[in-house]
Amino acid sequence: MVATFEPKKDYKVVGTRPIRHDGYDKVTGKAIYGADFKLPGLIWGAVARSPHAHANIISIDTSEAEKMDGVLAVITHKDMPKAESKMVDLGEGSVNFKWASEKLMANKKVIYKGHPVAAIAAIDRNIAEEAARKIIVKYEILESVTNVVDAMKENAPIILEDLIGDDLGEKVHDTNMSEHIRHDFGDVEKSMKDSDHTFEGEFNMEMVHQGYIEPHNATAVWNEDDQIKIWTSTQGAFPARTQIAGILQVNVSQVKVTPLEIGGGFGGKIPVYFEPIAAILSKKSGRPVKMVMERTAIFETTGPTPGGKIKIKLGVNNDMKINSAISEIWFEAGANPGGMIGPAAMCIYAPYNIENMRIDACDILVNKPKIAAYRAPGSPQVAFAMESLIDELCDNLDWNSLDFRMKNASKSGTRRGDGVRFSKIGLEEVLSAAKASNHWNSPLGNPLPGIKRGRGLATGYWFNIGLKSAANLAVNSDGTVILTEGSTDIGGSRASMAMHVAEVLGIDAHDVKPNIVDTDSIGFTDVTGGSRTTYATGYACWEAANNLVNELKKRASILWDVNSEEISFNDGVFSHNNEEKIISFKDLASKLGDLGGPATSTGSVDLSSAGDGFGMHIVDVDIDVETGKTDVIRYTAIQDVGTAIHPSYVEGQLQGGAVQGIGWALNEEYYMLNDGSMANSSFLDYRMPTSLDLPKIDTILVEVPNPLHPYGVRGVGEVPICPPIPAIANAIKNAIGVRLYDTPMNAGRIIDSLR
Amino acid sequence: MSSSKINKVQISTKINGQDYDLLIPPYMSLLDTLREIVGLTGTKEGCLDGNCGACTVNVDGRIVDSCLVLGPEVNGKDVNTVEGMATPEGLHPLQQAFLEEAALQCGICTPGFLVSAKGLLDNEPSPSEERIRHWLAGNLCRCTGYDKIIKAVQKASK
Amino acid sequence: MHPFAYLAPTTVKEAVEVLNKYGDKARPLAGGTDLLVKARANVWDLDAVVDVKNIPELNKINFDSEGLTIGASVACCHIYENEQICDEYEGIVDAASIIGGIQIQSRAGLGGNLCNGAPSADGICPLIVNNAIAIIEGPNGKREVSVDDFCTGPSKTILENGELLVSIFLPKPKENFGSAYTRFIPRNEMDIAVAAVAASVKLSPDKNIIEDAKIALASVGPTPIVAEDAAKSLIGGTISDELINNAASLAKNAATPITDMRGTIEQRKDLVEVLTRRMITKSIERARG
Ligand SMILES: Cc1cc2nc3c(=O)[nH]c(=O)nc-3n(C[C@H](O)[C@H](O)[C@H](O)COP(=O)(O)OP(=O)(O)OC[C@H]3O[C@@H](n4cnc5c(N)ncnc54)[C@H](O)[C@@H]3O)c2cc1C
Ligand code: FES
Ligand code: FES
Repeated sequence: MVATFEPKKDYKVVGTRPIRHDGYDKVTGKAIYGADFKLPGLIWGAVARSPHAHANIISIDTSEAEKMDGVLAVITHKDMPKAESKMVDLGEGSVNFKWASEKLMANKKVIYKGHPVAAIAAIDRNIAEEAARKIIVKYEILESVTNVVDAMKENAPIILEDLIGDDLGEKVHDTNMSEHIRHDFGDVEKSMKDSDHTFEGEFNMEMVHQGYIEPHNATAVWNEDDQIKIWTSTQGAFPARTQIAGILQVNVSQVKVTPLEIGGGFGGKIPVYFEPIAAILSKKSGRPVKMVMERTAIFETTGPTPGGKIKIKLGVNNDMKINSAISEIWFEAGANPGGMIGPAAMCIYAPYNIENMRIDACDILVNKPKIAAYRAPGSPQVAFAMESLIDELCDNLDWNSLDFRMKNASKSGTRRGDGVRFSKIGLEEVLSAAKASNHWNSPLGNPLPGIKRGRGLATGYWFNIGLKSAANLAVNSDGTVILTEGSTDIGGSRASMAMHVAEVLGIDAHDVKPNIVDTDSIGFTDVTGGSRTTYATGYACWEAANNLVNELKKRASILWDVNSEEISFNDGVFSHNNEEKIISFKDLASKLGDLGGPATSTGSVDLSSAGDGFGMHIVDVDIDVETGKTDVIRYTAIQDVGTAIHPSYVEGQLQGGAVQGIGWALNEEYYMLNDGSMANSSFLDYRMPTSLDLPKIDTILVEVPNPLHPYGVRGVGEVPICPPIPAIANAIKNAIGVRLYDTPMNAGRIIDSLR
Repeated sequence: MSSSKINKVQISTKINGQDYDLLIPPYMSLLDTLREIVGLTGTKEGCLDGNCGACTVNVDGRIVDSCLVLGPEVNGKDVNTVEGMATPEGLHPLQQAFLEEAALQCGICTPGFLVSAKGLLDNEPSPSEERIRHWLAGNLCRCTGYDKIIKAVQKASK
Repeated sequence: MHPFAYLAPTTVKEAVEVLNKYGDKARPLAGGTDLLVKARANVWDLDAVVDVKNIPELNKINFDSEGLTIGASVACCHIYENEQICDEYEGIVDAASIIGGIQIQSRAGLGGNLCNGAPSADGICPLIVNNAIAIIEGPNGKREVSVDDFCTGPSKTILENGELLVSIFLPKPKENFGSAYTRFIPRNEMDIAVAAVAASVKLSPDKNIIEDAKIALASVGPTPIVAEDAAKSLIGGTISDELINNAASLAKNAATPITDMRGTIEQRKDLVEVLTRRMITKSIERARG
């Protein structure tokens, strides 16, 4: 049975804003990120990459590179262990090691531009890169496909010959479609026919990238005893270990992954890229090997999240209720099966209570990098489609779209698109907060001449996963507590973990010292991703803290020579029934030497169910109708965050997610050329928002505690990237009277729509 | 020509107030000179083409992307990095404000933002929000949405 | 990156000598914001870069009775921080303050912008409408070339191997002169022009008649384009919306853009019309003072 909690209101630590424990290192430049790591005798690796998106490899000539002074090892697919074809779940997404191995080092053919064909280790980075240019590969160029429509055509080139597609359970060969799933509830055909009004839309989206600032990196040592040590910036040391061991065909216990500080991931640093290659280079050269990826390769070969095509048809009745919904989702997978259609199907109708609904979703291979998770993977795309169409129908029927959303809002017990029923959720509270917000109630104001102004809003949904986490605690004699855990800290999670512990122990957040350790030093912990870290690792910390209290009660019982069951613990103080016997946590800590030695505890969880999060964003835009330039001039993100452990970092998640969504909405895209290459593979041309492109991002934290977590935590990190795209689409429509159905909604598209 | 045939060059430079004589390959960037030769890894690499600002350092009072400066170019110059901001007395007000305002999430962009913002406040102690946003446009942050970064710089302004 | 030597001559003569010696295996280094990006992308395999920032002539900003001379390696920040340049050459300042961000402006200059010869270069069109002249020295001595004629194709200029741009000369603006430059970019900074327009006008003493005008377009052809018909249509005209609109549509006709990741042909031509109208209007405002 799943434990449920009745959260308190009067926390001492939860809800405060202590300075993060790792903050001093990070503002002074002392923190060690992956690329900062050094070892004695360290050499550098580099990769030779395919200039073609789809080609057979005829031959690879490494001789020129091998001859270069300073080159210590050269590898190709021949040096890659043969991995078996098997799917392994990684928390957010899964992996087949044969394909994962061939994705990292091409075997018989290259299937995306930038696909590695060889790797070099040399005494310095420049020599390694120069040597990579000397690898000579002969290719037979094949036709490439870079969008879902072309990939599904009858005579489309087949990307993975050994792919067996799963079309609603039926096996399909010679296909680019890896999977077609369907959810079907009620009677959609009849209900659609019976509806008073129907609306349809088709939405097309380009692929986008997570855009983390820190490049992928890895440092590896392959020891003579076949123990492999990896230092890397990863979202999950253990899932990285699983992948590395799978690709290298060794036991997980042979691999030790030490997670270094990580400069952003957003889902894109769950898959490994350089780690196995650096390891093989290390084995071959006998030296520690470090690799850091160049930005072009980051765009061309890592990360992205699918573009594709989404069709929705909605039937609504005059009572303002959605009666029927049918949708079809075609997502790009990249060059290997992608796996983001499941979550997309789960999210598409999530904010609405719909009796009759059907979803068909297909995962389709294209000659682009294999997709990775990106913040609520799959949800922003379907939110764009659904929330745009909702606004369109409200416009047409002259309904207030916020009232419409309220009327159809999901509640506890509402069935999600994939059939799961919600537990306690806070969508209605979010909608009410939006309705009451200063932003919603402020007039739009008057723009300058030549500028049109509009306001839009949209909801978004993501759930958070639970999975496995472990945490250890040990008490210092000065009354502080060492916390050891395995969730890499991408945005202040050390502070939140410490706060979980401090709240239980009744001590200051800074009296808990959080440490994130390697895979040999803590129990298995899943990725920092899926909005799970504060929820699940926080839960493990809470459990460890409670176990520590029990342990300390035993110690107090020795001190007082009483039965430990008679001891209670409140606000950092242990007391016996007899009020005269009290001792603070700190005082007891100082006496542990005589009371049985070090006090330690552990917490370990595997949480099957988690929570659901909803948000609504409101945006005002100014559009120059002569140039199509859109400026976001006001923005408010409202979200049910369960309980905000550290509100600053919760707000930060809302703000950061919103801004990624704004970039996605307006400018970001993989601009593909006919030869299957990405034309804009630099930050200059990929155009992520800068500080000058944005207003303040206001946040409203709605707290509807999640009964499945002791403090009521819900995942907050992913929801905020879902509403911005449709909110901006709706604002653009409001401003210029035209709706855009394609992303990015850039100046060119806006001007075209006005022509 | 292979790299071994290109002679290293000697440069004398002041880094965070300290004099250094360094022997470096002439094609090595200031970024790599700091990170690989001097061992100051606080300055970060994000793109190597001037677009992210993670590598921002101050040379003779001006902020530059150190990935687009050659090491030999700073011969005789005064280079300041994030490592030089705090003093034995404590953090620079910008560093303190970044901590208090939670202006970093992953923190990879933070050194660049701090050095950039210092370059602004050294010359303009009370910039407007618009001016701060303009000044920092050469620094990308993908985590924070900039809101708290701007607030932190405002907090550290007079 | 192909390993290269770093040379730092202190005279023009020395610089020309080494450039001549290396031929196309060496390039001058000013701010490096194009050069080092291209070197790292292996656009060239250079054996040497020749840092020209230690040559006094290339670092100077000099006003005399004839006009303004800007050294070829003067960085943008020194241009927009110079009050006299801000007063007299507003169009140039428009460009210097939008190239890259602050970090780039600490290094990048108009000389490098011109020699790099990008069709999207922000510095070149404002130079053209200010009648700028490139002062060049090479193995065969000194020559002066109008900036109008400097670019010959994408990343191609009239500079021969061994030639060095020493400075850019801008004649002193006449009475009632104004110039302006703007570009369209999707972001607000750190972006490359989708289309851009520079304009300059010289007005009659009563400031109602345009006595002289020049218009130049960027990012809408293989080189900056001097829109002669558009400029001519303004000359002698009394300022009116019609006059300006007509010139704008002539400028649109002069644009020969391509469709690429930054924009489509149609979008770019439309932008030229809009931006030309705005820049003529702004130049007039500035000329009127
Ligand atoms: C992040 C970023 C943003 C940018 N944004 C813009 C922008 O908004 N607008 C824009 O127009 N450009 C932009 N650029 C491009 C670049 O900054 C400009 O073109 C700049 O003006 C180049 O000047 P520089 O001094 O850095 O030139 P360098 O890179 O030093 O030189 C450029 C070229 O000219 C040659 N050269 C330099 N000096 C001489 C000389 N004296 N004689 C002969 N040849 C010479 C060099 O060999 C090289 O080929 C940007 C670049 C980056 C990295
Ligand atoms: S690494 Fe220098 S600007 Fe990105
Ligand atoms: S805090 Fe991660 S990029 Fe800025």
